[in-house]
This record gives sequence, C-alpha cells and structure tokens, in this order.
Amino acid sequence: MKQQDGTCPLTQQQLIDAYFMEVRAKMLDVAAFLDRMDRSVDRKAEDDFRMLAIRQALQALCARTPGRVYDIQMIFSDPTAEPLVQLDRKSAFGAFDHHRGEVQP
Amino acid sequence: MKYIDLHAHMVSRTTDDYEQMALTGCVALTEPAFWAGFDRLSPVVFADYFNRLTSFEPTRAAKYGIQHYCWLCLNPKEGEDRELARHVLELIPQFLDRPNVLGIGEIGVNRVTRNEIATFIDHVDLALRYNQLIHIHTPHLEDKYKGTKVIVDTLVDNRRIEPGRVMVDHAEEHTIGMILDGGFWTGLTLYPQTKTSAARAVDMIEMYGSERLCVASACDWGPSLPTAIPHFVLEMRRRGHSDRLIRKVVYENPIEFLSQSPKFRLTWESAESI
Repeated sequence: MKQQDGTCPLTQQQLIDAYFMEVRAKMLDVAAFLDRMDRSVDRKAEDDFRMLAIRQALQALCARTPGRVYDIQMIFSDPTAEPLVQLDRKSAFGAFDHHRGEVQP
Repeated sequence: MKYIDLHAHMVSRTTDDYEQMALTGCVALTEPAFWAGFDRLSPVVFADYFNRLTSFEPTRAAKYGIQHYCWLCLNPKEGEDRELARHVLELIPQFLDRPNVLGIGEIGVNRVTRNEIATFIDHVDLALRYNQLIHIHTPHLEDKYKGTKVIVDTLVDNRRIEPGRVMVDHAEEHTIGMILDGGFWTGLTLYPQTKTSAARAVDMIEMYGSERLCVASACDWGPSLPTAIPHFVLEMRRRGHSDRLIRKVVYENPIEFLSQSPKFRLTWESAESI
C-alpha cells in the first residue's frame, strides 16, 4: 500500500462535518443489532461464527492506527490456501467458520 | 458526466434501467456472461444466452444511445461441472467474431474448488488461443481473498498472459493491492452490502491511485443499482476530487482498457459527439 498520509483531500474537520451523521447512524444500527441479539427469545446462537467474527471486528475497529478496513476484511476471510476437493455450496456466508473449517467431502 | 459501466448484467434489467443509465450519462457498457441464479442444464441454453448478449441487448441499448459490448464464458458459479464447461467452451468460438464481443468473461472461481480452477484455466487458454481480452470475477465475501490469490497466482505463473489485457474485477481493500501489483487492471463494484460502497471505492482510489482502475455497477437480478456510477461521481465530488480525476476513472480508464479490442468503437473524441 502506498503511504496513506494526506491521501484524502478533505481536512479532518471537513470529514467530521460531512460524515459524522452517517457514521453515527451506522454505529447506532450496530449497537441496536447487538441489543436485539440480547433481547432475542433464545440465546442459542451466541457463538455463531458470524457473531464471533463481528465481535473480533469490533475490537479491530478500535485500533488507533490505519488499516482497520483491511484487518476487518481479513477477519471475515477464509485464511486457508488449499482448494476444496469439490463444491460444498454455492453461496458465501460473509464470514469464515474457523471451528467448522471447510468440510472436505 | 459521461461514463462507461464496465460491468452490467442487462439481461436482468428493464428497458427503464437503460433509460436511467442514458439519462445519467452512460454512453457504453460491457456485459459479462454470468450465473442466472440457477444452474443451467444444457449447453443449448448457453447458445440462446450468447445470442441474446450479441443481438437483442445491443439493439435494446442502442435505442438509448448506449453502446453495448459483452464477454462470453461459463460463469464460475457453474464451473464445477466440468462436462458442461467442456461443451460451453466448444460453443464459445462461434460467437467470438460477433461485433460486440470483447473477450472472455467473467471467468474465475466461486468457492475455490479444484474443478472451478480447472475450468478457469481452460477459459484462460481459450482467450489466449483467440487473442481475446479477459474479464475476471473474484469470489464473494469470505471467499474473496483466497480466490483472488489463486487467480492472481495462476495468471502470474502463465508467461503467455499480458497483465494489461486482463481485468480482475470486484476488488476490495484486502485484494486490490495484489491485483495491481501483478500489473492487472482492476474493478471496484459498487454494491454497498456485499462488495464496496461509493465512499470505500473513493478511499481505495485515494490510497492506490487511479491507474488501471475502473468502477462498475455490476447491476444484475440481485440488490444493485444501475446508476451506481453517478452516485460514485457524486461521492468523488463530495470528497473534493476534480472532474478531471473523476472523468479518468469513469470514462477514460474504461476506454483505455477496452480499446485493446479492435471491436470497441468508442474513442474519447467520438464520445464527445454523443
């Protein structure tokens, strides 16, 4: 990656003025989703691999250095290198299931 | 501002969408062959599909002043079926001479299986045999990093590949670096939920520059927006970028890449008269 400093032409104050409300709304949506999970009629999916990935991503979000998007993308990504022996399903889930791994038929 | 949408599945869109694209400045688009949402059972269906891409769609687009081009292949979502792939690969050459066919695409991998990789390599060989441009799909979501790495490594290992004639599409923050480092063109797909938002696309341009980079709506039968590029233009302006840079990304860069095919008729000069 190129040196990132100064690549955004807007000042920090301009960025805050232009984007704060959007980001605020997105953060409240995330918080509301987590609260909704806690208010669910059951608590049987606390360790769903997608929720584990989201919790890990939230920690990465709090980093004080750039590269947060890359780090979160990698948290959600399949880290393996070997091709699957055969197709197991068509669609992606959005996060890699580290506990299940990839089932090799 | 005039723009070219390098990835739009118009077979899934209405004529109203062509009109909206034309009204917002679209002068040309390219349509890669893709998955219909279900597996097709016979190569005969692909002959119908390729006929539509090379006859009906260009006619429909022309009514709105949009030049329609396409890419042909068996999409990665069906690449697991090696027998079907063999038949479709035999079918493709008879369509390559049609005036709006720019090359082979969108090929690649989906879940990154051995068969998908084999089908991808077969398509690359076909493209090289017929001297075609290549348009590549990289996988979705958690499969993107692994699949993009397999694709890039496979292409880099092939000495017959000219990276400048290959578009590796659907790049995101964790894959754009490896694609550009390989000398390939890359595309940013403006799907806010599953690929990238306009804001993140602008971020990537700010960090990686505007060379060998295009944006596209990739509008299809799923949640997507045919006028995603004008929204991207708006975000670029909001971010303080010049019209000169915006024009390079949405118009001049696609022309530079696509003009490597002699069939691409749009030049900077000719588009000015549209």
